[in-house]
Amino acid sequence: MPKQILMSREVLLTGAIALLLAIIATRFPAFITPSNLANVFNDTAPLILLAIGQMIVILTRCIDLSVAANLALTGMVVSMINVAMPGLPVPIIILVAVGFGALLGMVNGILVWKLEIPPIVVTLGTMTIFRGTIFLLSEGKWINAHEFSDPFKAFPRAELLGLPLMSWIAIAAVIFFSIVMSRTTLGRAFYAAGGNPHAATYAGIDVGRTQFWAFTISGALAGLTGYLWVSRFAVAFVDLAGGFELSVVAACVIGGVAIMGGIGTVVGAMLGALFLGIISNALPVVNISPFWQLAISGGAIIIAVALNAQANREKGRIILKRAEHAT
Amino acid sequence: MLMKAEKKSEPASAENDMPVLTLNGVTKTFPGVTALSEVSLELFPGKVTALVGENGAGKSTVVKILTGIYQPNGGQIEIDGSPIRFPTAQDAGDAGVTAIHQETVLFDELSVAENVFLGHAPRGRFGLIDTSVMMDRAREILEGIGANIEPRTKLKDLGIANKHLVAIARALSIDARVVIMDEPTAALSQKEIEELYELVEELKTQGKAILFISHKFDEIFRIADSYTVFRDGALVGNGAIADVTEAELVKMMVGREVSQIFPNREHNTGDEILVVEGYEHPTEFADISFTLRRGEILGFYGLVGAGRSEFMQSLFGITRPSAGEVTIDGEREIIRSPADAVGKGIVYVPEDRGRQGAIAALPIFQNVTLPSLGRTSKNGFLKLAEEFKLAREYTERLDLRAASLDTDVGNLSGGNQQKVVIAKWLATQPKVIILDEPTKGIDIGSKAAVHEFMAELAAEGLAVIMVSSEIPEVLGMSDRVIVMREGRIAAELSGDDMAPETLVRHAAGI
Repeated sequence: MPKQILMSREVLLTGAIALLLAIIATRFPAFITPSNLANVFNDTAPLILLAIGQMIVILTRCIDLSVAANLALTGMVVSMINVAMPGLPVPIIILVAVGFGALLGMVNGILVWKLEIPPIVVTLGTMTIFRGTIFLLSEGKWINAHEFSDPFKAFPRAELLGLPLMSWIAIAAVIFFSIVMSRTTLGRAFYAAGGNPHAATYAGIDVGRTQFWAFTISGALAGLTGYLWVSRFAVAFVDLAGGFELSVVAACVIGGVAIMGGIGTVVGAMLGALFLGIISNALPVVNISPFWQLAISGGAIIIAVALNAQANREKGRIILKRAEHAT
Repeated sequence: MLMKAEKKSEPASAENDMPVLTLNGVTKTFPGVTALSEVSLELFPGKVTALVGENGAGKSTVVKILTGIYQPNGGQIEIDGSPIRFPTAQDAGDAGVTAIHQETVLFDELSVAENVFLGHAPRGRFGLIDTSVMMDRAREILEGIGANIEPRTKLKDLGIANKHLVAIARALSIDARVVIMDEPTAALSQKEIEELYELVEELKTQGKAILFISHKFDEIFRIADSYTVFRDGALVGNGAIADVTEAELVKMMVGREVSQIFPNREHNTGDEILVVEGYEHPTEFADISFTLRRGEILGFYGLVGAGRSEFMQSLFGITRPSAGEVTIDGEREIIRSPADAVGKGIVYVPEDRGRQGAIAALPIFQNVTLPSLGRTSKNGFLKLAEEFKLAREYTERLDLRAASLDTDVGNLSGGNQQKVVIAKWLATQPKVIILDEPTKGIDIGSKAAVHEFMAELAAEGLAVIMVSSEIPEVLGMSDRVIVMREGRIAAELSGDDMAPETLVRHAAGI
């Protein structure tokens, strides 16, 4: 039954995206040409990558507010490595980015797991620390386009079968994590730990350790996105992707991830990200003022949360009936 | 058994023969369960009435009805002889009924005075709370009950006894006429208990009617004027405390036919499978030692809070004991985590199945295989076909009827959710299964099914530990019974020693 609900929620969201595209097309037909849609997808790739990580974290009843700061710090670190060692091959750079990002995620995870600090406090703290660290490393200076090596900048733009690698990486991540979430014991543990932490504990799942791995994955994806971001825009600075963590959380919520944990899919997170990506790409070209752009995004979030709350309330009724029963 | 019923008007003396509060044939049902069946109760000003009964007899349901948390399905509540309804807790408070709970329901982060006056604080100009008046009045009330507590102190800085005093001060501040005390001495030291008794005397002289709920017979006989006994949600006796003996009260509490509804079991037990020696925890329990054999059902009886569940959780690896040894099947083992316990053949079906049992948002098959994922996966990858096979095998064995194993557990009925939880644990192929209150809150028919099933498990050679607070169940199902009291084993009973009175005596320490 939840499968059906989730499926219908994803179908619903796909429908909403189609409707959105149709409305945009009446004002600006060129928006829905395949090449433009591919561009929009490519633009949204960072949001998709981060939303997948965030989805897993939210699934375990946590939240990761440090993703954008992690992205910026890892971006700065790989940029400085590139400036210092221009000859270092891009695959190594990517490994460093993923590893360094994962390390930052592990810091969050350890604090949540071992010290049992609420995740919102932990990641609010590390978010500030990561930004501060960028400032210390860069002394507040920007790294600009001419300072990067050419292969470093070229990688995300390189095309394969007509799509930039940036897009392929997002697609690969969606497929990879869909498999992880549905076909591995770790994926099952994420759902169980968030769905009912007590029951998960009794079933032999270490909830704290599961949350640690969720933060690690979120960090690794943020690190990967950090490299892709600085190389695509060919710039690294302290406030890179400032405030982006809120769009990431919003994408998850729109994508049907229950903020109370236990419910959500990778495809849902991707659709949520695409919905936001289309709004932010389309509204400027159809001459809608930035105010409406924000209001529409905000409205989408509230509608999504209201729908989620409705679905959860039905569950609550069952639990209440049982609780009354037990007295 | 209504042998004392004719004496119920006796506690009323000449000057106050009018009860302040009366329950008249009150019934409360929940889907499938009758919690209270036409019970009556009278509380008189200046008198203490003790409410006595086993766990599950309906005492807390009465408290919840009197404080406006539950609405009765039948019968009526009367104050000074006129019918009244308590749609909300506020209405009960306005009518002068207040309860002091076993665990105080106060606010740690607020001051003592704020706790006393929450909801009815004295107002000054512009409708703002008049803090200085509130402090003065709180101090006055606290001094009145002999409590030396500064009203500005935050509640969290007080000990449990002083928190009770604050709760009592709160009761006085709303000018309560009926004070319900729900096991008020459960967490107090002897000295604090003495002080509480004095306070009860003080409340009596002020003309309050007191309903005193307790498991401790010594204090019932010390402070109560009259008694009312409930059993299985029905009134079985009441009268003046002077006319009754301890033994008679115990008999009223537990007296009933025990054998009829339980499956006949052959007590064929095999080798020792589990030996626990000297299990200790710094705060919850001490010196727990026992053995368990294959095919045996070992009952754990005790009052709520005797440390039974806490010990079981420790045996299952959720908390670590500070000392003690476990031998499973001849091997000395250390249980580090629940996963470890499951791996070594011990599973625990917790009491609070809603919270600790099933995962509502996951389908049946995923719930069933959750503790067995080690067997249905390879290198961290799940083998879905094997998951379905395992889930099908055990759900069919439990006769679970659902459209598909893909059905979300949250969409199943309570009974079927229970079956999923049990299937989940059986699928781990355990050696020892711990069932914590396996039939709490389920209807008679389902209870019989659970009992039948427990007997089957034991017959197959599984060793069963059953934690239960229901005496008939403990006596009807167990081969042996361990009675716990205050974190220790008070008695181990078998054969003819397993009698209701003996259990109650050991559990209550009389």
